[in-house]
Amino acid sequence: MADKRKNREKDLDREVRDHLELDAEAKMDRGLDADEARFAAQRDFGNTTMVREVTREMWGWTSIERLLQDVRYGLRMIRRSPGFATVAILTLALGIGANSALFSVVNGVLLNPLPYPESEKLVSVYAKTSNFGVSSNTYLNILDWQKDNHSFAGLAAQRGANYFLTGAGEGERVRGSMISDNFFTVMGVPPILGRTFRPDEDQVGAAPVALIGAGLWSRKFGSSPDVVGKVITLNGKSHVVVGVIPASFSLYERPSDVYVPIGQWDAPMFRDRKVPFGTEAVGRLKHGVTLQMAQADIDQVARNLERAYPEADKGMSVGLTSFKDSLVGDSRPFLLMLLGSVGFVLLIACSNVANLLLARSTGRAREFAIRNALGAGGARVIRQLLTESVLLAIAGGALGLGVAHWGTEAVLRTLPQALPRTHEIRLDLNVLLFTLGVSLLVGVLFGLTPALKMSRVSVAETLKEGGRGSSGVRQRTQSTFVVVELALALVLLVGAGLMVRSMAGLWSVDPGFNPHNVLTFDMTLPAGLGQNLPGLRSAFRQVHETLTAIPGVQYASMQGGALPMSGAGEVPFWMEGESKPATQNEMKTAIYYLVEPDYLKVMETPLLRGRFFTEQENEHTQPVAVIDEVFARKYFPNENPIGKRINLGIFEMQPEIIGIAGHVKHWGLDSDAKAAIQAQIYVSFMQLSDQLLPLTANDINMTARIQGPTGDVVKAVRATMAKLNSNHVVYGVETMDEIVAGSLAGRRFSMILLGVFAALALILSSIGIYGVISYLVGQRTHEIGIRMALGATRSDVLKLVLGQGMKMTLAGVAIGLVTAIGLTRLMSNMLFHVTGTDPVTLAGVSVLLTGVAFLACYIPARRAMRVDPIVALRYE
Amino acid sequence: MKERYKNRIELLQGTLDFMILQALRWGPQHGYGISLVIRTNSREAFQVPTGSLYPALHRMERKGWITSSWEIAKDRNREFKFYRMTVAGKKQLATEESKWNQLVTAIGRMMRPAEES
Repeated sequence: MADKRKNREKDLDREVRDHLELDAEAKMDRGLDADEARFAAQRDFGNTTMVREVTREMWGWTSIERLLQDVRYGLRMIRRSPGFATVAILTLALGIGANSALFSVVNGVLLNPLPYPESEKLVSVYAKTSNFGVSSNTYLNILDWQKDNHSFAGLAAQRGANYFLTGAGEGERVRGSMISDNFFTVMGVPPILGRTFRPDEDQVGAAPVALIGAGLWSRKFGSSPDVVGKVITLNGKSHVVVGVIPASFSLYERPSDVYVPIGQWDAPMFRDRKVPFGTEAVGRLKHGVTLQMAQADIDQVARNLERAYPEADKGMSVGLTSFKDSLVGDSRPFLLMLLGSVGFVLLIACSNVANLLLARSTGRAREFAIRNALGAGGARVIRQLLTESVLLAIAGGALGLGVAHWGTEAVLRTLPQALPRTHEIRLDLNVLLFTLGVSLLVGVLFGLTPALKMSRVSVAETLKEGGRGSSGVRQRTQSTFVVVELALALVLLVGAGLMVRSMAGLWSVDPGFNPHNVLTFDMTLPAGLGQNLPGLRSAFRQVHETLTAIPGVQYASMQGGALPMSGAGEVPFWMEGESKPATQNEMKTAIYYLVEPDYLKVMETPLLRGRFFTEQENEHTQPVAVIDEVFARKYFPNENPIGKRINLGIFEMQPEIIGIAGHVKHWGLDSDAKAAIQAQIYVSFMQLSDQLLPLTANDINMTARIQGPTGDVVKAVRATMAKLNSNHVVYGVETMDEIVAGSLAGRRFSMILLGVFAALALILSSIGIYGVISYLVGQRTHEIGIRMALGATRSDVLKLVLGQGMKMTLAGVAIGLVTAIGLTRLMSNMLFHVTGTDPVTLAGVSVLLTGVAFLACYIPARRAMRVDPIVALRYE
Repeated sequence: MKERYKNRIELLQGTLDFMILQALRWGPQHGYGISLVIRTNSREAFQVPTGSLYPALHRMERKGWITSSWEIAKDRNREFKFYRMTVAGKKQLATEESKWNQLVTAIGRMMRPAEES
């Protein structure tokens, strides 16, 4: 091909030469002398190089060759100015890398389908009540939904449950799930060994069977294939292993070790339609059925249930959400906001590189004027320059992938609980394509303006002026870029500032308890205690006594029901003297805390009136309760609640109210005020009825106020409890501080990332304004020299340069403020106690940005001030 | 600058091809000869810019309407690059001609509607 091409080139050369020769001969025949004729022929012919160039284009295969030529040339240019290239590539790597990192998060969490076959057909099914919105499902209702719907190929039930595993090496606390027999069919996950449950196994009284997770399989059975048929002991009961579930399966980020049939659980409360037991339902839509059709269908089912079981189901409807949305829905708004913000950073990086290119183009004006004179058309110049900028962008993008990889890891390691599906976040093909696309786009974006400017360079002017032509136009463009950059940076700073102010506001909110030095953990009890109530009670007392005897543990309390900011427990109730409402939906609802007498001391929640429980509030005495101030205000307005009684639904008791405690921000520092259920009630653990107490026997949750280093205390607790009984396994240790911080993880994630983006934006834009002012000072050295020679003082010069910088800064700040006020409205529900127009934030970041920009201008301004007029004038 | 040439090609595209084929009707011709023929036949009305002529020749060659070869010119003692029409080129010329006639008739009707009736 190269040979063929060379021949063609030779042909074309000869052809053109012949033409000129023949034309000149003809002109000589008409009486012109030889030189004149040659000139005239050349004039008639036009620009020989360009004719050849255009003709060559007709051969077709030149475009690729020219691209290669441009790439070679671009690479040479980049090599020849390593300083420029380094700065440009690093800037782009930061911009593109930050975007790729965030995109990989968005891709992994929001865009990629869930890792199940046809996962878009999976739907989360949940009960809704007219009073409180989303509510908890009861098992019996799920069974009816399953039976009566016509839209789902399968509808499965699932509920988390932990087990004490014995009979396979050392006893171990394992995570488990109770599942309906069709659960794995619905999810589309086949077992890697054995089978899943049969319908007849998902019944009360069926022989106990279990599935195990691949994690447990390799840990306890060395991944031996003969595990099927083996017996494991869960909570003291033998279960036959029927299959193994792949390790990749994890629901809600939580791989389970064991699965048992949910239908075998015969606890009366579980089979009470009135008692919500935190059972989840997942359905798989039949082929061709849309979410809307399924909704209409299930609405009908819910209406029938309302009629059939008014006491439990009156006012209850059924909500359907795509399973993916139910997993990741909450993170969508803030991820999209972050993706938008990181786009701003990229725009700033682009403007910076565009300005670098513009500044450099002054030096290259002569080069391109000469190219133009030699036959390079405007489009050719643009193509050449764009090739260069795209090369820079691709280099930046490649480096950016490294930045993205590292950045994503760093962020996810710091705040793993902020996002769902984090283990699915990786640099996959989508991310690579995104990065490549962004790089190409960015290359054109920042390369276009300089290229267009360059292609319009007037040949004659430039060659005459010695490279100083049309710099006025260029300055205006550069200034515009800087103003835009500063405006974008200001918007990001405002966003970050608002998040920081919200966070500060949140940290100063009194949660209603003191989370410092509070430990929470779970503990197993010996199996079989549930059938022996006196034994169970004495075990509880013994645990409490042993625990509080540990040095470092000040107060301790068992805790059931709700724990502030993690886990909910709700109890329906009605007032004394009120007749029992016909349906549960008409009852009032409160959050309940099932605790021991020292609980308020553990949490340091203030007691406002009356008293709290004592050791005397136990199974032998009249039931009592303590309510919080919200409960008192809402249900006992203008009267003293102490001494009054209420009827507690599921506890089936009528406790007397003996005290009022302070309100606890149960639903989190930020969202408690918006929660539907805010009234709180404390019930004495030891007064639980004989029917309910066995339900707590599997494992108990403890809270303790401690002194000294947490790690030491935890170690002491573990050792002491193991000594008391080898079946007491302590697990799930968390400090209350961690729980509070975890409840703000999403916010902190947004705040930290916005902060990083804003810092990047600030740095990049101050580099931008520094670069432009330096460039202008360089350009105006001559002018400044003249001014000084004519009597301008140094401070005049300083003012001149700073004035120019500040004009850009103020324009940027003004545009930024207007934009910010418009855009922060989009993040209003992420703000806490500040509004998007918060004057402190707006003023603060404006001052910050102006100050940084001022410093960035001051350095070149000082240089201008020191210009020696003699040197400056001689320089020209 | 290149834009200017390109526009002119587009403007003349059909017409220029037609004129080139027309010029090659009388036998093979080199580039300069073609430009002379067009100029003379049109009574100096068309001055074909070289920036359009050579790209057009090379394009038409690629389309297979004409071929080229280096041949000794009759009137002088050396080789020139001669273009000649192919069979496909002749067909193309016929099409162009009928298209051209239609166009002329149509424009004529537009210009002088009265004379038609």
